[in-house]
Amino acid sequence: MSTLQSLDITRRSATTSPSPSVRETEEVAKLIDISKCIGCKACQAACYEWNDLRDEIGINIGSYQNPHDLTENTWTLMRFSEVELEDDKLEWLIRKDGCMHCADPGCLKACPSPGAIVQYSNGIVDFISENCIGCGYCVKGCPFNIPRISKKDQKAYKCTLCSDRVSVGLEPACAKACPTQAISFGTKTDMIELAQTRVTDLNERGYDKAGLYDPPGVGGTHVMYVLQHADRPDLYSGLPKDPKISALVEVWKGAAKPIALIGLGLTALFGFFHYVTAGPNEVDEADEEQAKKTIDQPDEKRDGG
Amino acid sequence: MTNTWGDIKNANLVVIMGGNAAEAHPCGFKWVTEAKAHNKAKLIVVDPRFTRSAAVSDLYVPIRAGTDIAWLGGLINYLLTNDKIQHQYVKAFTNASFLVKPGFGFSDGLFTGYNEQKREYDRSSWAYQSDDDGYAKVDETLQDPRCVFQLMKAHYSRYTIEMVERICGSPKDKLLQAWQWMAETAAPDRAMTSMYALGWTQHSKASQNIRTMAIVQLLLGNIGVAGGGMNALRGHSNIQGLTDLGLMSNLIPGYMTLPSEEEPTKAAYLKPRGFKPLRPGQLSYWQNYPKFFVSFLKAMYGKEATAENDFCFDWLPKLDVVYDVLRTFELKHEGKIHGYFCQGFNPVMAFPHKKKIINALSKLKFLVVMDPLATETASFWENHGQYNDVDPAKIQTEVFRLPTTCFAEEDGSLTNSGRWLQWHWKGADGPGESRSDILIMSDLFLRLRDMYRKEGGAFPDPILGLHWPYKLTDAPSPEEIAREINGYVVEDITDPKDASVLQLQAGQQLDGFAQLRDDGKTACGCWIYSGCFTEKGNQMARRDNSDPYDSGLAPNWAWAWPVNRRILYNRASCDIEGKPWNPRRKVIEWNGKSWVGPDVPDFPPAMKPAAGMNPFIMNSEGVARLFTLGLMKDGPFPEHYEPFEAPVANALHPKVNANPAARVFKGDLEVFGSADDFPHVATTYRLTELFHFWAKHCHINATLQPQQFVEIGEALAKEKGINNGDTIKVRSNRGHIFAVAVVTKRIRPLNIDGKVVHTVGIPIHWGFTGQTKKGFSANILTPYVGDANVETPEYKAFLVDIEPAAPSV
Repeated sequence: MSTLQSLDITRRSATTSPSPSVRETEEVAKLIDISKCIGCKACQAACYEWNDLRDEIGINIGSYQNPHDLTENTWTLMRFSEVELEDDKLEWLIRKDGCMHCADPGCLKACPSPGAIVQYSNGIVDFISENCIGCGYCVKGCPFNIPRISKKDQKAYKCTLCSDRVSVGLEPACAKACPTQAISFGTKTDMIELAQTRVTDLNERGYDKAGLYDPPGVGGTHVMYVLQHADRPDLYSGLPKDPKISALVEVWKGAAKPIALIGLGLTALFGFFHYVTAGPNEVDEADEEQAKKTIDQPDEKRDGG
Repeated sequence: MTNTWGDIKNANLVVIMGGNAAEAHPCGFKWVTEAKAHNKAKLIVVDPRFTRSAAVSDLYVPIRAGTDIAWLGGLINYLLTNDKIQHQYVKAFTNASFLVKPGFGFSDGLFTGYNEQKREYDRSSWAYQSDDDGYAKVDETLQDPRCVFQLMKAHYSRYTIEMVERICGSPKDKLLQAWQWMAETAAPDRAMTSMYALGWTQHSKASQNIRTMAIVQLLLGNIGVAGGGMNALRGHSNIQGLTDLGLMSNLIPGYMTLPSEEEPTKAAYLKPRGFKPLRPGQLSYWQNYPKFFVSFLKAMYGKEATAENDFCFDWLPKLDVVYDVLRTFELKHEGKIHGYFCQGFNPVMAFPHKKKIINALSKLKFLVVMDPLATETASFWENHGQYNDVDPAKIQTEVFRLPTTCFAEEDGSLTNSGRWLQWHWKGADGPGESRSDILIMSDLFLRLRDMYRKEGGAFPDPILGLHWPYKLTDAPSPEEIAREINGYVVEDITDPKDASVLQLQAGQQLDGFAQLRDDGKTACGCWIYSGCFTEKGNQMARRDNSDPYDSGLAPNWAWAWPVNRRILYNRASCDIEGKPWNPRRKVIEWNGKSWVGPDVPDFPPAMKPAAGMNPFIMNSEGVARLFTLGLMKDGPFPEHYEPFEAPVANALHPKVNANPAARVFKGDLEVFGSADDFPHVATTYRLTELFHFWAKHCHINATLQPQQFVEIGEALAKEKGINNGDTIKVRSNRGHIFAVAVVTKRIRPLNIDGKVVHTVGIPIHWGFTGQTKKGFSANILTPYVGDANVETPEYKAFLVDIEPAAPSV
């Protein structure tokens, strides 16, 4: 929840009434430069601290990655992968995982509860938890597998891009904490420009395929990565190459809706006309029986004598 | 550090070796990121493991733990053979031209003068030839076979690239690539910075590890220049402060030394500390030692210290031997020390050979732990099953716990790696009954003084006579102590040419150590800190971060020792005429009348370059030492010695494997493991998420690294049938631990002289207190031997074996 005003909401889940659009805001973005990241987890720690969340102290299952996955309390997670693209050139790619704040959010599209998920004019996608019914559709709808349902209150949670901080002009907690400025925050235009300078630097250091990860399949995202190997996002602990909202959600919340409504409407109309035209001509059982009885009776009786 | 954190952004090449800067100093590491992003700097990481620093490097070179001198010795040989040195710098600013006595030599792993029985050297042959005036003889042509340059060339000629590959396991192509990039910084307008830490200091030849890189940096002309330097990355936020204030057992503040029992008078003590210049026209600033020393005694004993009683010299303890931590625990182990004040230290977890530490503590009559946390040491007597298998019934030690406040709960200063003294203010009250260390120590002192006053004792004088001038007797404030440390005028000081002119008034704070005197008219707690709290106020509290020259020096932020100088030896950033080697990165320069620039000159401000005074003003020669005379216990040139537990014999001289001058106690020699029983090289280290044994007490930190693990390479894991996440047992000759195995590509097997050697990585953090899952102290495994010069234990290279274990943890 943030201190952004209601007129900043450009989209609400499961709502057809039009959104406000008087205010013109610049879109923000968080740029995560993986080539500068030392995997120190200051961002993880800052996220817990700012949001007053704590997670379980678990066990080590053979990795630096702790906790092991995103949870309702762990909204960002450093994921570590060791790759050897060339002989004798090992790389330890450490990616800060978390909500990508898509321009076309799959979670919002999939959500059946009105106003449980909103998108602000600055691009941030936020969960309004009081409206969440815990159905889990957002998890299915997310191309990046981000939201998590809490076992405690059955609601979905994820990174808010520190909408509360951003609304008062501060950068997200993770960006503030990052010691190497691997995380930068600003307008999306500025972040794209910054990314370009980083890509040039990486090219000079031999990373020919360095690039910006801002996937068009979801309309672009408000959390972007500078990748040393932009042609291989899969190297970065399963970052999807060309993420799109799943066809099922698209259809179910997309074409399926009007089709279903039309279907419903047509059925109702058909039913009415059928009743009006064919209805009165139909004979019901009781009448049928009575008619039969009357027909089968002897003539004297019928006269009523 | 000789340089400063912000200056690292000026480097063209950053070399992280003997440390893991990104891991242990993530915030300071931002300056490396800056150097890369804005100065097109390259980063080389040399480490047994591919670390978080290596993850952002341009070149990673693997190395066997404990072979840094061989690696760097090879580099020295490469630079000298290919003549890739900063010639003018080496000639003018180092002792390359100095002639060494004919008696000095080296053969078969030993320098001249070795006594095998005592395991020590008679260092008298390690000296310069002198002329009739007592000055050292030099050969400016650098051709004389007895000159340091030629001796060094000969010494390192054995360190061929093939030899380095055999000893270190570093592949030749990577060695050459690294050495080429480093050699490029011999150019006067290119600088390389060396960032190191415990990867060098925690070895039995630690001091020499560092010395070898210092030689490299001097040959390349990288000392005293922007973006250069020997940059020690200190651990604890105030560990620099600890060593500066002389908290090592043989030191007094400002790196002066306690007298030995062979120096019973002040005159005897000062005699070998004369530091007369060894070349004409040199400053040899340590000549002022008596001024620092007497001012210190005045600060300690106030009006009791007079010229007549040698300023209470008799009240200082005299050392028979050095009481370093290894020795004191040995003495406790032998039952010869009965009581122990353990302040801000956790030896059960931090010290090698845990079993010995527990035994030692169990023999004490009393133990006082002063700490903000309930540490393992404070609970050494508790049984925690396999994590601390002791029988409390058998331990008679009386343990007192005095909870102290933490840094955020008190005012005070912290001194960082860059020598910056930064004042901090109390942010919150300490919890419960916690009290600041100052208040606890004052309380103890006042009670003791009272008892001595009433009851007398063996030698109460230094206690009764201790200068205690605080406004509130039982509550000295940090500011009052800071003012004493800065130093003040005790008696009016007049112009020596005209006694009616008052220069300094009694009671006023001093501006710096240049005002110190040896006649008792000044007092100063720590001469190198003089200037931190002057009449202008608390300089450490300044928070102006402006950087007018874009130098990274931040001259108005806090206060750096000495005299707010940010880059040491900065006169060496200019040639012999006073012109900067690199005009685009000036530190200071001679403008015809004086030395000016972004930094405070490390040189008399008006001293003309033509006078021939050299930049290394603290050395009697005025120049930096490639050859260190008799100042190091184990040799005037660094030499490759194997760790005390090594997988192979010393390839250079198998008859002298490990450091011949390192002290080893008898019981410990017997528990060194052999390569036959323990084939793998083990090394201990730290993780970003957990600071030593503290941060595990914080929930968030515990979440980020919840459980003890050990890192092994994929090849070793396959050999032993260990899968990622399995529990394994790691054994040394001193004990064993269980931990989760993290199987990784980042540790490769090394080819050491034809033998495949695996490395086992052991992070140190988990114990039996705190919020993480309980763990075994990594120091159950480590050997009880330290550096020959300063006794820092050899945590970084020893031997273990591993095997799969049933998950019992």
